[in-house]
Amino acid sequence: MNAMTDIKTDPTDMTDLAIAIAMRGVTKIFGDKPQEALALLQSGKSKAEVQAETNHVVGLDNVSLDIARGQIFVVMGLSGSGKSTLIRHVNRLIEPTAGEIVVNGTDVLKMSLNQLRTYRRTQVAMVFQKFGLMPHRSVIDNVAYGLEVRGVPKAERLKEAAKWIEIVGLSGYEQSRPRQLSGGQQQRVGLARALALDTEIILMDEAFSALDPLIRSGMQDQLIELQKTLGKTILFITHDFDEALKIGDRIAVLKDGAVQQVGKPEDIVLRPANEHIEEFVREVNKARAIHVRSIMERGEHEHCQASVSQDARCEDVLPLFAEHQWVGVQDSDGRQIGRVTAKQVIKAIARHTPGLN
Amino acid sequence: MFPELIDTKPLRRAIDDGLNWVVRNWGDEFEAAAYPLLMLLKAIEDLLVATPWWLIMAILVGVAWLATRSWKLPVIVLLSLLFLGVMDLWKDAMTTMALMIAATITAILVSIPVGVWMSRSLNVRNVVTPVLDLMQTLPSFVYLIPTVMIFGPGKIPALIATIVYAAPPLVRLTDLGLRSVDPAVMEASRAFGTNPRQRLFGVQIPLALPTILAGINQTTMMALAMVVIASMIGAGGLGYQVLQGIGRLEVSRGLFAGLGIVALAIIFDRVTQSFGKQLQGRIGLAEAR
Repeated sequence: MNAMTDIKTDPTDMTDLAIAIAMRGVTKIFGDKPQEALALLQSGKSKAEVQAETNHVVGLDNVSLDIARGQIFVVMGLSGSGKSTLIRHVNRLIEPTAGEIVVNGTDVLKMSLNQLRTYRRTQVAMVFQKFGLMPHRSVIDNVAYGLEVRGVPKAERLKEAAKWIEIVGLSGYEQSRPRQLSGGQQQRVGLARALALDTEIILMDEAFSALDPLIRSGMQDQLIELQKTLGKTILFITHDFDEALKIGDRIAVLKDGAVQQVGKPEDIVLRPANEHIEEFVREVNKARAIHVRSIMERGEHEHCQASVSQDARCEDVLPLFAEHQWVGVQDSDGRQIGRVTAKQVIKAIARHTPGLN
Repeated sequence: MFPELIDTKPLRRAIDDGLNWVVRNWGDEFEAAAYPLLMLLKAIEDLLVATPWWLIMAILVGVAWLATRSWKLPVIVLLSLLFLGVMDLWKDAMTTMALMIAATITAILVSIPVGVWMSRSLNVRNVVTPVLDLMQTLPSFVYLIPTVMIFGPGKIPALIATIVYAAPPLVRLTDLGLRSVDPAVMEASRAFGTNPRQRLFGVQIPLALPTILAGINQTTMMALAMVVIASMIGAGGLGYQVLQGIGRLEVSRGLFAGLGIVALAIIFDRVTQSFGKQLQGRIGLAEAR
């Protein structure tokens, strides 16, 4: 396999991928008379000006996003940036003031109430920051909840729920109540509840934000691991840039309800579009953001003793340099497609540190 | 003196004449409409009176044990019931208990749907709340007199007066319980494509149940508070004994019958409260609050 085909199979390259969720000019204004505020906003006034003049809050400002099938798309923003509002538009928990939302070719906003319920039952599952588990139900009944709503017979849904409880590592807790579990365990229940529906799209609203750092990191790893076999379309909301870089195939940065930049994690780190994003980038762990494949020497080289996969980041290869001068990079079939040295990695990280270039 | 701005006499006369007209022309229809209520009360009373005393004791002590799983409440219940038996108040106590249970059942059937309706519509709440305030603050004699005029003295007006007085807290607490269900859980339920009925019966009512049970507890207590007034218009029972005690200046009769009412109140209050706590523990709200 040569370098050209490698780029084509790159999971973050979206040119070949079908669009699962398309948002076009989605605007949301909270208040009694949103149309007046909308007109002001469209005439070019800022969020703050609109709020001062009409006392209406702009939740989303002309958001257009394409989310490709099978990728983890992260929307990153600080609190108040409108990211939680954005994700609730996809399953229409919030109605937009203007714009269009098309999911798998169907306009979500044109659905009748009944169609909307069917859509929520069969096509989009959601994981919540505050878990949203039913305290009066056992863990297994919580996981089976979506299937129950869908009308799946009891024996079948319990079997399915038990399977997912095992996958997220909660075997033995089936009959526990959510309150008897730790935060991390509760969110595993939330994740299993969404996965049990086997929908193509999963919405995750700050799913790991309420968890301790160590547990959060473990959950991120588990999500990445699961995604390798499931290949879902995941829309993931976070305020944590490190988290976005770790799990995102693509990242959109949101500020004041408007999209600032969309791109691969490396695009954002290497080429921040504006001052606001640069502030995030300054704080970030660049060794995590940069893939080794983007800095490696491509082509045929002699086989290296140590090697990493093409999905590896700089932080993954750093420990290997303690023992080896060269580290190989392999494609998914285990063939070596290039190699890196410690020097290249250090240069890559140093170059992207502001003030040093 | 406040100056007479308008002559209110015609208004008063119209109300009085109107009531008389209703009594004359619609009295039988009203009585027929209240007949199922009377049947319910009579059935409960006959059942309680016909059941041997030891069986009722066994059932209530058993329920108390189920509610707490400890020996303390069953002992209290047993002592209260023994007091009623020893003081020769058993039959009166059963009559009063029947009135209270009938009023509570009717209040549950009416209040919970009204509470559900209130929790879903601001307009309904704006209308129902002042009506509830009125029901709770209007002196009971004010509506007792017209009901007696329409139905004649007896058990029906007593039951209706008790229901009017006892139902409001259950309506309020049903509404409160349903509205204070964690919005995050409601949103999650909505995101999974539930319809309003699935949300009401699958999420809201189960989570509001402890609050609704507190409302039922309040209703039983307020129904007991009405027994003396109810006995004035023919409800009989412990309240009638109190009334007789006052009338004949027999302090002991009034005192023991009064203590009998307290005994009933203790039994029903503690048992319903314990069930509420048990439920709260099971749902896990006890730790969360």
